[in-house]
Amino acid sequence: MTRRPHRVAEGGRIARDRPLSFTLEGRTFSGFAGDTLASALLANGLTLIGRSFKYHRPRGFVAAGCEEPNGLVTLGETGRTTPNIAATMTELHDGLCARRQNGGPSVDFDLMAINSWLAPLLGAGFYYKTFMGPRRGSWMFYEPFIRRAAGLGRAVHERDPDRYETRYEFADVLVIGAGAAGLAAASAAGRSGARVLLVEQDSLLGGQLLSRHLKDRCETWRGAAVAAVAACPNIRVLPRTTAFGLYDGNMVGLLTRYAPGQPQSARGEAREVVTTLCAKSIVFATGAIERPLVFGDNDRPGVMLASAAQTYLNRYAVSLGQRIVVATNNDSAWSSAAELARSGAAVTIVDQRAEVAAPLLELARQGGIAVELASVVTRAFGRRRVKGARLAALAGGAERTIDCDLLCMSGGWSCTVHLTSHTGIKPTYRAAIDSFVPGALAAGHFGAGAVMGSFGLAQGILEGNFAGAQAARHAGFALGAPEPDPDHVQVLPDEPYNLEIARGAAGKMRGKAFVDFQSDVTTDDVTNAQQEGFESVEHLKRYTTLGMGTDQGKTSNINAIGLISTLRGQAIAAAGTTTFRPPFTPVSIGALVGRNIGHHFRPIRRSPLHDWHASNGAAFIEAGPWLRAWYYRWAGDTVASAYIKEMHAVRSAVGISDISTLGKIDVQGPDAAEFLNRVYVNGFAKLPIGKARYGVMLNDDATVLDDGTTARFSETRYFLTTTTAQAGEVMSHLEFLHQTAWPELQVQFLSVTDEWAGMSVAGPKARAVLALAMPDHDFSDATLPHMGCRELIYEGGALRVLRLSFSGELAFELYVPADRGTGLWELLLTRGAELGIRPYGLEALASLRIEKGHVAGLELDHRNTLDDLGLGRMAGRDKVYVGRELRERSELKDPQRWSLVGIEGLEPDARLRGGAILFANADPIHGHGRGYITSVTWSTVLGRFIALGLYQGGLAHQNEEIICAFPLKNEIVRARIVSPVFIDEQGERMRV
Amino acid sequence: MNTGSANGPTGNERMLKIVCPNCGERHYTEFRYAGDATKSRPRHGSADLRAWHDHVFLFDNPKGAHREYWQHVLGCRQWLVLERDTATNTTGRSWLASEAAPP
Amino acid sequence: MTERYSALALARHAATGAPWPRVWRKAEPKPTYDVIVIGGGGHGLATAYYLAANHGVTKVAVIERGYIGSGNVGRNTTLVRSNYQMDGNTQFFEYSLKLWEGLSHALNYNVMLSQRGQIVLAHGPSQLDVLSRKGNIMRLNGIDAELLDRADIMRLLPYLDYSAGTRFPIHGGLLQRRAGTARHDAVAWGYARAADRLGVDIVEHCEVTGFISVGNRITGVRTSRGDIHAERTAISVAGHSSHIAAMAGLRLPIESHLLQAFVTEPIKPFVDHVISFGAELFYISQSDKGGLVFGGHIDGFNSYTQRGQFPKIQAVAECAVALIPSMSRLRLLRHWAGIQDMTPDGSPFIGRTPRDNLYFNGGWCYQGFKATPATGWCFAHTIARGEEHALVRHLALDRFERGNGHDEYGLGQWTYRQ
Repeated sequence: MTRRPHRVAEGGRIARDRPLSFTLEGRTFSGFAGDTLASALLANGLTLIGRSFKYHRPRGFVAAGCEEPNGLVTLGETGRTTPNIAATMTELHDGLCARRQNGGPSVDFDLMAINSWLAPLLGAGFYYKTFMGPRRGSWMFYEPFIRRAAGLGRAVHERDPDRYETRYEFADVLVIGAGAAGLAAASAAGRSGARVLLVEQDSLLGGQLLSRHLKDRCETWRGAAVAAVAACPNIRVLPRTTAFGLYDGNMVGLLTRYAPGQPQSARGEAREVVTTLCAKSIVFATGAIERPLVFGDNDRPGVMLASAAQTYLNRYAVSLGQRIVVATNNDSAWSSAAELARSGAAVTIVDQRAEVAAPLLELARQGGIAVELASVVTRAFGRRRVKGARLAALAGGAERTIDCDLLCMSGGWSCTVHLTSHTGIKPTYRAAIDSFVPGALAAGHFGAGAVMGSFGLAQGILEGNFAGAQAARHAGFALGAPEPDPDHVQVLPDEPYNLEIARGAAGKMRGKAFVDFQSDVTTDDVTNAQQEGFESVEHLKRYTTLGMGTDQGKTSNINAIGLISTLRGQAIAAAGTTTFRPPFTPVSIGALVGRNIGHHFRPIRRSPLHDWHASNGAAFIEAGPWLRAWYYRWAGDTVASAYIKEMHAVRSAVGISDISTLGKIDVQGPDAAEFLNRVYVNGFAKLPIGKARYGVMLNDDATVLDDGTTARFSETRYFLTTTTAQAGEVMSHLEFLHQTAWPELQVQFLSVTDEWAGMSVAGPKARAVLALAMPDHDFSDATLPHMGCRELIYEGGALRVLRLSFSGELAFELYVPADRGTGLWELLLTRGAELGIRPYGLEALASLRIEKGHVAGLELDHRNTLDDLGLGRMAGRDKVYVGRELRERSELKDPQRWSLVGIEGLEPDARLRGGAILFANADPIHGHGRGYITSVTWSTVLGRFIALGLYQGGLAHQNEEIICAFPLKNEIVRARIVSPVFIDEQGERMRV
Repeated sequence: MNTGSANGPTGNERMLKIVCPNCGERHYTEFRYAGDATKSRPRHGSADLRAWHDHVFLFDNPKGAHREYWQHVLGCRQWLVLERDTATNTTGRSWLASEAAPP
Repeated sequence: MTERYSALALARHAATGAPWPRVWRKAEPKPTYDVIVIGGGGHGLATAYYLAANHGVTKVAVIERGYIGSGNVGRNTTLVRSNYQMDGNTQFFEYSLKLWEGLSHALNYNVMLSQRGQIVLAHGPSQLDVLSRKGNIMRLNGIDAELLDRADIMRLLPYLDYSAGTRFPIHGGLLQRRAGTARHDAVAWGYARAADRLGVDIVEHCEVTGFISVGNRITGVRTSRGDIHAERTAISVAGHSSHIAAMAGLRLPIESHLLQAFVTEPIKPFVDHVISFGAELFYISQSDKGGLVFGGHIDGFNSYTQRGQFPKIQAVAECAVALIPSMSRLRLLRHWAGIQDMTPDGSPFIGRTPRDNLYFNGGWCYQGFKATPATGWCFAHTIARGEEHALVRHLALDRFERGNGHDEYGLGQWTYRQ
């Protein structure tokens, strides 16, 4: 395929010495570097680019930029398959592979086009009125058919092989858009010395200037302006970068697409990057978007925006027609028409205005352009390709048809007010240009050029200059040197863009007149929605789906609002506009995520002993952000078998477990004792030095916040531990109380969770292990009694030993600086080997405590009170503590509340399960029961499953038989309420 | 020429940027939020159940100017009181929660 | 007059080109009503409809500041389910789901209830225990629930991340087949049309600026379109609950937070369930138009701005790719935010207030949409009878005075959490 019937012999910003080859549905085409996929396809004569969403009508390109509603393709293959990409924004590269969308079976031969014939049935919102019968739930029958027709492109399930990044940047001045105004603004700001960032979604700088003829005088100005920006060391230019959203704090989301072609992710190249940019000032130079006209069958391939036809001709050297009709209501299309005429085409201008300025007529005369004033196009002819246009004079009279192979339209320009509207500043309507313009800009925000409704080139440059300088000054930079004399550039005559507000074409419209091409919304849909009462623009949008396509209504918004206004006989300003929501153009979710994928989705916290676990057969489990040793392979290949052996090792000999994840807080100060005494329900004022105590903290609302132990090492120094899960909460809670309620207390907190490695040595031989490992220290019961704590020296560094037991065995918690953790751990294992010491993991740790009835995990679920957990007696009757008062509320005192019990199966082999619902023996097995099982383990001591749970009335029902229902597995198990302390109720084993 | 102003109606720049009295101006993501700071906590040990209920469960939640607690968790860990307009997210003065409100 | 909707009517209009009647009248406010419902959202419109349909109270005005359905009913992620475990919640939300199941027929408006099934994932054994408890309670209350293991989920949802590289591996999940989605806007319009047909006045673009009272009794509202008097007044303005209640001198256990929602470009459907991630709050489904609709946690500070912040957008996008890796290649089309009432225990309030003849419904946190029919039903009952419907007695405004918090998810007091 080398014939490119529509490529003009010379000109354009394409590199004819760099031919590129690409495929569309497997067919090979060629183009040049500098082409977009759209321009290359058009150069090859392909006009049918897709099928419309609902009616499957043949569609061609309407635009040449990001506003393109029809020309969406699927790019790439396998994991790189990317649906719904606008071909107009896709830079051509060698090997590019594209497929058209939404054809059934193909875009060229689409059986779904039958929907066109059903159109009278498929008007806006038709689905709300039907598909309800014959039975309730009938929608479930119809929905699959609707879903089969849904969507545009197809996604794949393969993992995306490409790499993305996220960045943070700062700038003094951000200039959005590198058209004439943006280039001028960047230069002006740059001259002040401010750090300027100029972003442009296009690959080239110049905006609309890029659509001028290369020999146009504007090109000289553009060249100079681009060179000036490039030469300024404090201006950074990011082409291919879309400012997609404005957020609070002058934060702008930027999406940068890297140069065309596949990125080499193996070399670390990103496909796309999202930058979170904070700027001191922002210049919006986002330009404007041309609007279609609304007439019958205005969606036929070959019906195109006038500016787009000009862009294809001048920028891409693609001539799209020889007999061209340009329908318009404003001046700008006349210069487009003149450009098109210069390519040798026969051009007719159809302008609905009865009078136009003399220079326009002169322009037409010079170009040999036929002029039809006070006339409109009422219909396009042709199906897969436009063949003619029906013309009607506004004054009436016979309509006539003229042949054409390109029908250009220009309904005026809509200012690109999206970004300025994102933070809630509503745009305002300006009738003179029939467009919304940005509302009152926030401090430090500036606008220049077409976005502000200033369409003239010279005016845009002037405004850009001014806005750039103002933005720099707002950012704290003195005004720079004035711009080098601008007079060397003779810009075009600069009449203000003139648009006569003349909505609603005269003459009888036939065929479907589309307001929104992508969502297939016609004037009839808008009219019907109005008649049904969907008058507000938001209702209209929601009811007809107008503006909800991938183009987000960039070409349809104003036309729809204009139509509503006409129907309701009210001003456009009164109708208002729908809310502009970010992003301006769609943003790859991968780019928002950057490197936070897979393992890096969330940070992993690892214990200082992690590497030892990993190289010694530990299986890990996620515990919040932590990765904890779950069980060790020495004990078995599955958790179900391993934890039992590990428990047995602890109960029969000695085990060692990593408890580094516990929250650790150093509490210091003369009032530390008083402070702790206030936050714990139990007394801490009289905790002796050298002793530790178990404590429980409540929230203000009397639910249990956390439990843990606190050791006192001196008059003013405490070492507080929290549960792994609540470490951060407890820290903030203490700080909150201290700083907001009791600032007079002299106490300080420091989180030292990561500073200390912690390990628990537990089992009847625990003391013997310590004695072997550290023979210089005395761990005897006399020196270090139960609940005792000591600060020792281990290898010249600190060692904290707390004689605490979670397992119920004789146990010691040892804390050393994190970098010494593995050394001590290995020492204990080596020296203790002869005593049979074994590492045990989280599962065994959590199971040993169940045998002892210690609450943890699902018992501490923020719903339970002290009494619910059987800990009510810890709180002294006269003691004052956080949460005391609200603990007194009536419902919390109800003895029928669900509270902690132990549960054991009646049959020794009965399997108890977490999440089982508990019933009294006589209860019907229905409803919410009287409680549930929170934690279950196999008890190595008792040789059966045991559980903790909450039960209505709690231990008042001790020894009663109950039923554990687990209907999800159709299980019913008979059990008995017992004390939650299953073994060694007197605590003798830990006191030896 | 309408190109915007240096003194627009709302300063986007001031939205959700919090001045920490210790650390200076920071983005809100460095802070954790704890709501209404207009209410005062009953005295420790106060047995006034109604006062505790109101303190813990009832909030001022105005659409507009508000005072609220934020903690600079990724900085100095100080709790502050911040003035913020909840209708615009524009932030105003802030001071340490342990100190009295400035005049 | 309202014409019945049907395939036949559709064909008739298609053939004749005759215009459809208005879905609801643009009512002018009258000076007095039996009941004023403040808030023309899903809840307010449903309340008005059931007042008329169930209780014969037809002199009702729904007062809406903007256009109806402009609040959270038109901004949510459209999920409908009844997988609740707490006594009271289970019954209420199941009642709501049952109403959903007959809603298109009752309203003669297709709200497109799609019972495609919701799967809540568990990423560890203890999460599976939590889901088991919930599923068991559902089954014990006659609600469908199935416990799924990892293999089941791989079969049902082959596009999730089962690789060794995933941060939070999937252990299992809980499926409720009757859960799904509904077309959110249609709920507002369907209730509006049905209520209008029964004589309810739907007054749009009418902002409440204050209350009229005699002593402790509320007797009407002051609005931008004049005073309107009523025997009873009901607040149903989630997002602005505190703001409106303050006009009646009430302080509520509510803060207003931002909840964001997201939609991708339309693609051919492949997500045929509602999926809830277990590692963080994240939920996703695919609309009948093809967009993947998803959401996450609140932004973390209270705000009435109705716009979301960028860091949360990235955090939610990260959940999307963590769950469905191929979403990396899809593109975010639009994101928006609603203002959500948040309460200390995560549960709502429906019932009487300290002011006589003033009724309150709000505090819905994440669950307002699915509750719409049952809220309307029960709130209407409460207003008409002057006494709470049995299904909402546990949702009293003063429940914290008695220590009767109703924390379905065990999150504790949310205020300090971000």
